[in-house]
Amino acid sequence: MSDTDDPQPGLSRRGLLGFLGAGAVGVGAVAAGAAATTTRSPSFAAPAGQSTSAAQSGAAAIYPFHGEHQSGIVTPAQDRLHFAAFDVSDVTRAELQELLQDWSYAASRMMAGLSAGDLGAVGGAYDAPPDDTGEALDLPPAGLTITFGFGPSLFDERFGLASRRPAALVDLPHFPGDALVENLTGGDLCIQACSDDPQVAVHAIRNLSRIAFGRASLRWSQLGFGRTSSTTRAQVTPRNLFGFKDGTANLRAEDTALVDTHVWADGDDWMTGGSYLVARKIRMTIETWDRTSLREQETVVGRTKGDGAPLSGGGEFTEPDFSATGRDDAPLIAETSHVRLAHPSMNNGATLLRRGYNFVDGNDELGRLNAGLFFICFQADPRTQFVPVQLSLARHDAMNEYLRHVGSGIFAVPPGATQDSYVGAGLFA
Amino acid sequence: MIPRSAPTTVSLSALGLAALVALTGCVPNATSAAGSTQLTVDSSADACTVSAAEAPSGTISFVVTNSGDQVTEFYLLAGDGLRIVGEAENIGPGISRTLVVQVSPGDYFTVCKPGMAGAGVGKAAFTVIDSGNPLALGDDLTAQIDTANANYKSYVKDQVENLVTGTEAFAAAYIAGDDDAARALYAPTRVFWERIETVAESFGDLDPRMDLREADLEEGQDWTGWHAIEKDLWPAEAEPGFQPYDQTKREALATQLVDDTHTLYADVQQLEFTLAQQTNGAIGLLDEVASGKVTGEEEFWSHTDLWDFQANIDGARVLYEGVRDILMVKDAALADRLDAEFSALQVLLDEQRVGAGFRLYTELEAAQVRALSDQVNALAEPLSKLTAALVL
Repeated sequence: MSDTDDPQPGLSRRGLLGFLGAGAVGVGAVAAGAAATTTRSPSFAAPAGQSTSAAQSGAAAIYPFHGEHQSGIVTPAQDRLHFAAFDVSDVTRAELQELLQDWSYAASRMMAGLSAGDLGAVGGAYDAPPDDTGEALDLPPAGLTITFGFGPSLFDERFGLASRRPAALVDLPHFPGDALVENLTGGDLCIQACSDDPQVAVHAIRNLSRIAFGRASLRWSQLGFGRTSSTTRAQVTPRNLFGFKDGTANLRAEDTALVDTHVWADGDDWMTGGSYLVARKIRMTIETWDRTSLREQETVVGRTKGDGAPLSGGGEFTEPDFSATGRDDAPLIAETSHVRLAHPSMNNGATLLRRGYNFVDGNDELGRLNAGLFFICFQADPRTQFVPVQLSLARHDAMNEYLRHVGSGIFAVPPGATQDSYVGAGLFA
Repeated sequence: MIPRSAPTTVSLSALGLAALVALTGCVPNATSAAGSTQLTVDSSADACTVSAAEAPSGTISFVVTNSGDQVTEFYLLAGDGLRIVGEAENIGPGISRTLVVQVSPGDYFTVCKPGMAGAGVGKAAFTVIDSGNPLALGDDLTAQIDTANANYKSYVKDQVENLVTGTEAFAAAYIAGDDDAARALYAPTRVFWERIETVAESFGDLDPRMDLREADLEEGQDWTGWHAIEKDLWPAEAEPGFQPYDQTKREALATQLVDDTHTLYADVQQLEFTLAQQTNGAIGLLDEVASGKVTGEEEFWSHTDLWDFQANIDGARVLYEGVRDILMVKDAALADRLDAEFSALQVLLDEQRVGAGFRLYTELEAAQVRALSDQVNALAEPLSKLTAALVL
């Protein structure tokens, strides 16, 4: 990936206007120069990215919005997430396109550290509401990435997109044990906003939701903290709320050949260079987990809790040896352990780029923390990656006793946009 | 990994004993004031290097690191060189695991067994010096543990025997179309399953055939067992268009359930239980309550969750009472607390009794569910300390 380089200003409104034709945008022409000067943060306009949180996750301060692929996929996982799924309102195909254009425009600005709108939180008319909500004033973007996706329901008859639905954008099957909640499931559109600063991620979703009012409305959303995966080798492996390192065997950005094979969709349609995102809100019954012996915990996971080494031996990054046996010839890594069932060698080589986050949404009515893992993965084709892996886990994983899948979504994540276009343009071509 | 709160590793040979006692002031529980010592063990291909050859009596933690390239084991043997006082097994190459044991003064041996076969390597004398803090262990502890294990084994067999008898009667009524009788037998028979649920679930092939809930199915999978029949007997909340099963399906389901129960009966005959399996089994039963019964998810159609709730608690109480005498010696305060929490939970359950059974889950008020859930936590948390209190 080349998206770690120069900071760049947001897409100019004029550039987009030029592409769209002036009539398509309901805002008066604004000079590009004015937009570029409406930075949120003077301190950020100087050499950026010195925030300590950025240093923690290994994320750079600024990622470019435009490029071959969308950002927020192989980008080093930032520490915070705000994910949102939307239902598109009763609008026309042209209005849907317009929404996507407006989203791309605002996203490109916010990722660059600019206000969502051209005028900003304090730069507009005194008698008008500001076009940026303001809570990110003075904050650097802290590695903000904004990633857009399209759910299966977008491809119904409403917008004439049925024939453009990618075969890989399947409806996820019912997995054994699923306890999905309707209002945590599905969506026509999704936005994944990640940053090392939670307020910046929330600011992004808030402003994009505001821009969408009347055209799309929030269906469900999720805050996440403590990235549970590393997506580059420079990042240490973080821990999930079970207290175990999570994502040791994750795909890494540096493994470009593997990423090309397993993450980026190929073919010659509008999804080339895109990817498929599966999100699962997985509630962990941490109270019962915490009352489980260390032996049981390690047996369930298949790794040591301290170092994250596979129980067959070695260190964290030693390949698990599933044939290794211990006393009574029992496998050292149990048949029903998570690491065994999720391993590519047990799934016809299927592997995923995981990009999940921990969550704690207060507590439930029984006084238990409503906590768990907001699992996000990217892949070239869910039919051969997430679906078979999850089916195997749902059938056999000893961890299921402590898990409950309550939310779910699958989205086609289109390729990145060029400078003069917007994310998803290919779908309407 | 060494827990962050563990005492610093101490090399005994480098310190006077008085200094050692001062450094290791950790008190594992109320009745055992013995100190805690942490030693390291390096298990290589041909050596078993313990960081000290002696330690004060009390709790000793051996942090065993396998520096060889074979799976290894570490043993603390009694002075006869045969009886196992403590062991850590299945330690993969490069991995560390901690063995925590309570040891009385006397002569012992340490030995590693890379490759898990043969006489082991590096067998060395290990001396435990009287720390002056008496251990709470009686000489008859081993006998008490053996008794507890044997008693629990008998209990499991007895419950499964009752389960077989009950299931046969239930199946006969169901096949005969006597739905009222089948409904009346459903919850009281499942009690025998729920009392030993953690044992029954350990048979990974039987459990999904006998106790799977509809939500646990995958697409295209046949649904069999108790809950499939439950839905047919209580179809009121089934999805629109649900068809009652025909006679062929009734007979197939009932026959398989009876056959599977017989298989379970045969399987449990050979079971042996360790002390840790019993104490963790009690926790497992509480967790079953916390995750399935108190939420009303287990008996989705019949709503007889409180029968299962009581049965899980019965099973946990049997496990606890089987080891209570040992606990009284080792940590009487914990025993007192567990007694009180079990009683408090029983009071709450008794409030929901109707005749020989219970109110349906759907008849409970939210506040009552919350009170039950809170009391399950109040019991489960100290219960989760039972293993550490007994096994150390």
